[in-house]
Amino acid sequence: MTDPSTQFADKRSEARNAPPVAAGRHSPAIFFKAFFGLLLRDVRVLSREFIPFLLRVGMQPLLFLFVFTYILPHMAGGNPMATAGGMDFGTIILPGLMAVAIMFSGIAAVALPLSAEFGITREIDDRVMCPLPLWAVALEKVSFSAMQSIIAALLVIPMAYYIPAVPVKAHIANWFLMVLVLVLASLLAGSLGLVIGSTVNPKQIGLVFSIIVVPITFLGCVYYTWAGLGRIRWLQIAVCFNPIVYMSEGLRAAVTPSVAHMPWWAILGALVFFTSALGRLGLKGFLGRVLS
Amino acid sequence: MPPAPHRVNSLIVEIEALTKIYESKLRVVAVDGIDLELNQGEIFGLLGPNGAGKTTTISIATTRTLPTSGKVRIAGIDVVQHPAHARRHIGVVPQFNTLDRSLTVYENLYFHCRYFGFSHRQAKARSLELLEQFLLTERKDVYPAQLSGGLAQRVQIARAIAHRPTVLFLDEPSAGLDPQSRMAMWTAVEALRKEGITVLLTTHYMEEADSLSDRVAIIDYGRVLALGSPEKLKQTFGAQTIFDLKLRTHDGIEPLIAALKSRPDVSGAEPTAEGIRVMASSSDGLLPQMVQAASSYGLRDLAITEPSLETVFIQLTGRDLRD
Repeated sequence: MTDPSTQFADKRSEARNAPPVAAGRHSPAIFFKAFFGLLLRDVRVLSREFIPFLLRVGMQPLLFLFVFTYILPHMAGGNPMATAGGMDFGTIILPGLMAVAIMFSGIAAVALPLSAEFGITREIDDRVMCPLPLWAVALEKVSFSAMQSIIAALLVIPMAYYIPAVPVKAHIANWFLMVLVLVLASLLAGSLGLVIGSTVNPKQIGLVFSIIVVPITFLGCVYYTWAGLGRIRWLQIAVCFNPIVYMSEGLRAAVTPSVAHMPWWAILGALVFFTSALGRLGLKGFLGRVLS
Repeated sequence: MPPAPHRVNSLIVEIEALTKIYESKLRVVAVDGIDLELNQGEIFGLLGPNGAGKTTTISIATTRTLPTSGKVRIAGIDVVQHPAHARRHIGVVPQFNTLDRSLTVYENLYFHCRYFGFSHRQAKARSLELLEQFLLTERKDVYPAQLSGGLAQRVQIARAIAHRPTVLFLDEPSAGLDPQSRMAMWTAVEALRKEGITVLLTTHYMEEADSLSDRVAIIDYGRVLALGSPEKLKQTFGAQTIFDLKLRTHDGIEPLIAALKSRPDVSGAEPTAEGIRVMASSSDGLLPQMVQAASSYGLRDLAITEPSLETVFIQLTGRDLRD
């Protein structure tokens, strides 16, 4: 290698205008810029993997709708599940599939990369060394994951419009509720991802999927309504501890209000509660990993 | 709470009575009362064997580990009270490759600049400038996974100084590098001197500390044993050549040790596991006589270590750096 010092001479041109780091005063602007920089980095990485991202979040609801709301109704005897809630199945599972999309993308966007970055590669170091409080670095992860969750959830709507044999009765009467539920549910999913990503080591992440993610999905009022559980009272009460229930029910209230759903105040209250509880827990895990 | 006002002085890093005790099953005192001050623009070496507390000290100074007690100020900012502010002044090259695997070499630099508040135009200009400075322009679109250890290290150094930090921390920068890459890395660090960046590097290679540092602190068991320029340390503690004699028999070596000690040019002689270690100020005339005296004990090997930071370290601790 030739001596790089010979390269120094007059190459400093434009970069000299860069912000003077040694400035004595610190304004909050530097924090916002750092936060924005982290978001920008994530957008860049996602943009390179946008098609895989769409396939990842779209494949499950696509196949689900295709099999249960198109193939089965076309088969003789019909779909026994379709009559479960006394309503067509497509309408029942549209909000549920949105909830699943939100949750899976939250976990894929936070838990998987974080677990790897903490583990083998330690890539997180550069971002942790940003001029930003550590909680804000974690918040950025959760926020960016929430954005992906929202895209994933919205992607389900056109599918539910075109695929089912029996049209889905979607009607967004209250846009405010819709936005609120969507954002809260996405932040909740990101917080859950933060908890998993910062506490589980990469080798066990597959196990976590089997023993946590799959059960809370199947028992998350995704494929049936909470009201429909009325006849299995113990289960109806037990699932109240499952945050996914409020995501599904919240989207039910917002997207398919004609289906029986929980009252909005219970939904929003629980979403806020679980988001802050999981967020706190996830942040604690995150700080524990980056700070010793 | 606003950070402490930026003090205009030449002390870039101030470490005061720093301790770090890990309380787990085993109580480990990693740092045991370290005091250090780094001046503007100097290259400072923290030399010590593995486990001496070098990395812990760096981790605390770079806001990644909380001290048990003591203080660290970077450019006058307390790293425990205002870690986010302090990080603006800190550049870090960790022991491991922590480049962002999802980004190209150029993007690693570009986004690092963005994290530190550069605009798109500034970040782009700075990244291109660094690529050129570190001879990486050809590899700007390569992903870190495709880089050799030496190249990855160069990108890490470029990234660490991209936001123009006041102080750069290099933790074992030549660990895992081949000799050629190590030389290239040294050249790159030397060149930082011209940028006016203060550098704190840890190493257990005494050649590295010797040739790069303006001042060196020798640490062991979490304490500073000696501090000064390499020349001064060698003068003070070990303008000494060390002779390691390996003998076939240990029986009755006391008279030999006594005889060696009585020579004016020998400052010390002690038994080792395999023979005798002799410390002497010069080897003129000593060597043949020593060989002759030792031959009756079955001298089978003789190793001579010229005065270096290694001999200083041995002098101070009685151990080799690599023990």
